[in-house]
Amino acid sequence: MLVLALDTATPTLLAGLARWSADGGVEVLAERAVPSGTRHAELLTPAIRDVLGDAGLSLPDVRAVVVGLGPGPFTGLRVGVVTAATLADARGLPAVGVCSLDAIGTGARTVVTDARRKEVYWARYAESGARLDGPGVTRPEELTVAGPFVGDPRFADRLGAPVTPADVTTAGLLRAAGAQLAGPTTAAPLVPLYLRRPDATPPTAVKPVTRAEPRP
Amino acid sequence: MVDEPLVLGFETSCDETGVGLVRGHTLLADALATSMAEHERFGGVVPEIASRAHLEAMVPTVHRALADAGVRAADVDAVAVTSGPGLTGALLVGVAAAKAYALALDRPLYGVNHLAAHVAVDELQHGPLAEPSIALLVSGGHSSLLLVPDLARDVESLGRTIDDAAGEAFDKVARVLGLPFPGGPPIDRAAREGDPAAIGFPRGLTGPRDAPFDFSFSGLKTAVARWVEARQRAGEPVPVANVAASFQEAVADVLTAKAVRACREHGVDHLVLGGGVAANSRLRALAEERCAGAGIVLRVPSPRLCTDNGAMVAALGSRLVAAGVAPSAPDLGADSSLPIEVVSR
Ligand SMILES: [Zn+2]
Repeated sequence: MLVLALDTATPTLLAGLARWSADGGVEVLAERAVPSGTRHAELLTPAIRDVLGDAGLSLPDVRAVVVGLGPGPFTGLRVGVVTAATLADARGLPAVGVCSLDAIGTGARTVVTDARRKEVYWARYAESGARLDGPGVTRPEELTVAGPFVGDPRFADRLGAPVTPADVTTAGLLRAAGAQLAGPTTAAPLVPLYLRRPDATPPTAVKPVTRAEPRP
Repeated sequence: MVDEPLVLGFETSCDETGVGLVRGHTLLADALATSMAEHERFGGVVPEIASRAHLEAMVPTVHRALADAGVRAADVDAVAVTSGPGLTGALLVGVAAAKAYALALDRPLYGVNHLAAHVAVDELQHGPLAEPSIALLVSGGHSSLLLVPDLARDVESLGRTIDDAAGEAFDKVARVLGLPFPGGPPIDRAAREGDPAAIGFPRGLTGPRDAPFDFSFSGLKTAVARWVEARQRAGEPVPVANVAASFQEAVADVLTAKAVRACREHGVDHLVLGGGVAANSRLRALAEERCAGAGIVLRVPSPRLCTDNGAMVAALGSRLVAAGVAPSAPDLGADSSLPIEVVSR
């Protein structure tokens, strides 16, 4: 079954095409990792066109869409999630969401990515690849789980341990999506893993525009 | 006879998730979801809350639009989306969705200007726009006076607010008066019982040396707050209806006077109103009165179409298709401060 995989949870957007088989086999046919920063919305659909072109396939060949639900910076993260949801809807395909951190690295590891505001998103995995703890968001200095760390190497200093660079991959997304791809009707709704509430505080009282004493 | 193209329009520039379907000048569907209730307690639209709500509402709203119009996604001939101006995070949800539908359906995509779409929506009710027209667009996010020689290709800004949008002034005055958010409807209701001449609130930027077509509502808002606070400090009751009516009169007076002046100075005899504040009863009444007096044809869409919606975007998309304007490039994004001169990009 041909699967389109998308992720915009990190500054590198990912579009990939892979054949997935029910025995868990994953054959990646094309993959584009674009260092798009804050330009995910501009560059994601062109990247999808590119991987289809690279593989010599077209959208009607695709049978399912897998997308990383984060955690990641909200604005960019939503671009991938809404693209997957609407693309799948328009083509009548199942859409499957997975934790983006599950798709970074393999084996026993702790994944760390940039959560901005001097914090990291993190999750810890067993040798089998099963997630043991997380996803969470915290300051690297306060992260108590063990390494080895993979993900964003810029946090090595603050973690006090090396971080092996690793990004979200098509193979990683499909591995994480395995159970849901096998039974697409069981797939959970595509709700991003925000992990943080929106920044907003209700106003307390109307602030007077005049001072208590009369103006001259 | 071949059917005119079916255009699917997406609008997510603020708190409304709008998906509209238009064929030519015919409105087929106008599905809307709003997160307004979630913003109420914050006294203004919280961008992140709006963006999250857009994502949740997107696919269900598309389904509702298709069902209301009785068409299938595959019937769509072109896709249009608000590319700006607006809240970046909110805009991007709509842009990404529209790009995905255009890609999935293999149809052209038009990234359009939200303000021009406010003008285009009137064609769904009153037929082809007279060109040139003057457009007065007033809402919680914008206050603009436009000259529209050609809605598909040539829109000029004559003036805009230099501080608050007119709708923001309504929200802030409502807060001062203890009325709910958004402030437009409750002020309109309260004002019906009040005397619009009770208090002489200032008319911003109406001096002989002021920019003739720019607006300023910050001074008015502050003057209202100061007036109310003075009563409160003196322990006197605040005459809410009179304050609301006098404030509303000041806003409607400035807006309509400048719009009529713009028509006169540019030799234009058609004025279009749009934006949420165009639903204000006093603004509509005063605009009618002054346009009639000046021999100007006034066009005002129904209140439902004045506020943000997907039909307005589809209406402009339809206009662009009919005019043979080139679709957007594949790397279309959002521009929170897209200038009005850019009708589509
Ligand atoms: Zn608007």
